[in-house]
Amino acid sequence: MSETIIKQNTSIWDYANPTRFLGIADRIIPWLGGATILCIGLGLYLGFSAPEDYQQGSTVLIMFIHVPASWVAMMSYSVMTMSAIGTLVWRHPLADISLRAAAPIGAAFTFLGLLTGALWGKPMWGTYWVWDARLTSFLVLLIIYLGIIALAKAIEEPTTAARSLAIITLVGSINIPIIKFSVDWWNTLHQPASVSRLAKPAMDAVFLYPLLTMAVGFSLFFFTVHLMKMRNEILKRRIRTMKMTAARQAERG
Amino acid sequence: MKALFWRELKLSSQVGGGMLTGVLFFLTIVAVMPFAIGPDLKLLARIGPAVLWTGALLASLLGLDRLFQQEREDGSLDILLMQETPPALLVFVKAFAHWVANGLPLVLAVPIFGIILNMSPIGIGATMLTLAVGTPAITFIGAVGAAVTVSLPRGGLLLSILVLPLTVPILIFGVTAINGAVEDPAPFLPPFMILCALTLFFSALGSLAAGWVLKQSTD
Repeated sequence: MSETIIKQNTSIWDYANPTRFLGIADRIIPWLGGATILCIGLGLYLGFSAPEDYQQGSTVLIMFIHVPASWVAMMSYSVMTMSAIGTLVWRHPLADISLRAAAPIGAAFTFLGLLTGALWGKPMWGTYWVWDARLTSFLVLLIIYLGIIALAKAIEEPTTAARSLAIITLVGSINIPIIKFSVDWWNTLHQPASVSRLAKPAMDAVFLYPLLTMAVGFSLFFFTVHLMKMRNEILKRRIRTMKMTAARQAERG
Repeated sequence: MKALFWRELKLSSQVGGGMLTGVLFFLTIVAVMPFAIGPDLKLLARIGPAVLWTGALLASLLGLDRLFQQEREDGSLDILLMQETPPALLVFVKAFAHWVANGLPLVLAVPIFGIILNMSPIGIGATMLTLAVGTPAITFIGAVGAAVTVSLPRGGLLLSILVLPLTVPILIFGVTAINGAVEDPAPFLPPFMILCALTLFFSALGSLAAGWVLKQSTD
């Protein structure tokens, strides 16, 4: 028992050392980046070579961006939730950095999901925006992301900021399923399902493979950018510390 | 705890007339709506519950930033937190007192506004009931936001941005329950019960989270 605990601890804390993390990140990032380019390239090729959908025509291509972006938007919040737990439970120094780094990426993907959804909705449903359950809950998710980013920018003191961000992220993550559920409820009461009839006649492999490839590509892209942002944040904090020591020395001298 | 509750009540009714400001803000929102929508009484009656709920939601956000800020500035928050009572209980009592001082007047003001909006007596009663049950949840979610933004000089706006999306379910179930009471085919009890559940849930979660944040921010 005690052995496993020690083992776990070492494995978690191995990465707590920023220098070691930077080393690992430096080594991994090029590989991740390469894999991202490969996957997205392959996905785009497969997507463009796919035949046109008999109902949706060429607009089905939007799906290859829209769906992976939405998936990654949700994955990003899961990463942030795990980071929040990391901050609160273990006070892991990198967890806060990870949370901060993930928030803008998640917001960007959420926005991309909404944007491509709107562009797809215009030819398909005849309107850019419907108050559909999914769209609405995604809009709320975007607002939550933006709130977290605003909070991250507002609090200057790093440890307070880390705890506040973690708590808000956790409360948000508990609340998101409730929001989803309530919006579903709201939607079914207000308008009969006009949109969901369009959804999912079992997808053909011709569309499924490029979609999955793109999903993997987008996830890899997320992790690449996430690691890069974390690296930047660590370096920024180092510069900040160096500046502060320099200022202190200048004061003394 | 009782003493704290009365102290909070007294303070919030003294300082800047918080009680009255909230109700006045509520009144202005409700009064501005018809100017934007038009004086069609039938339409107003139909969207009345929604207008009242939106107004109450915004009005109850108004005073939230003062929940902990003033006491943090004069240091009494630290003294309260140093006592043996768990911080979650402390937050619970403070938030509840805040609701009694700021949320309850909104509920009591509903009949007047309901008449302005040409709502039926049943609709007014249902609105009062759902608001009485639902607005505490807003206060408890807001307590987390207030605790997080307590150290910020102008945290009020940020607090609203953080809290508003999280209150979406409360708004939805509140208005749905009223519609259920007024229109026949839609059910009243299920959304109302869910609203009660949400309030109970957030009174626990919000108190715990806010208490934790406050405790951390003092050391």
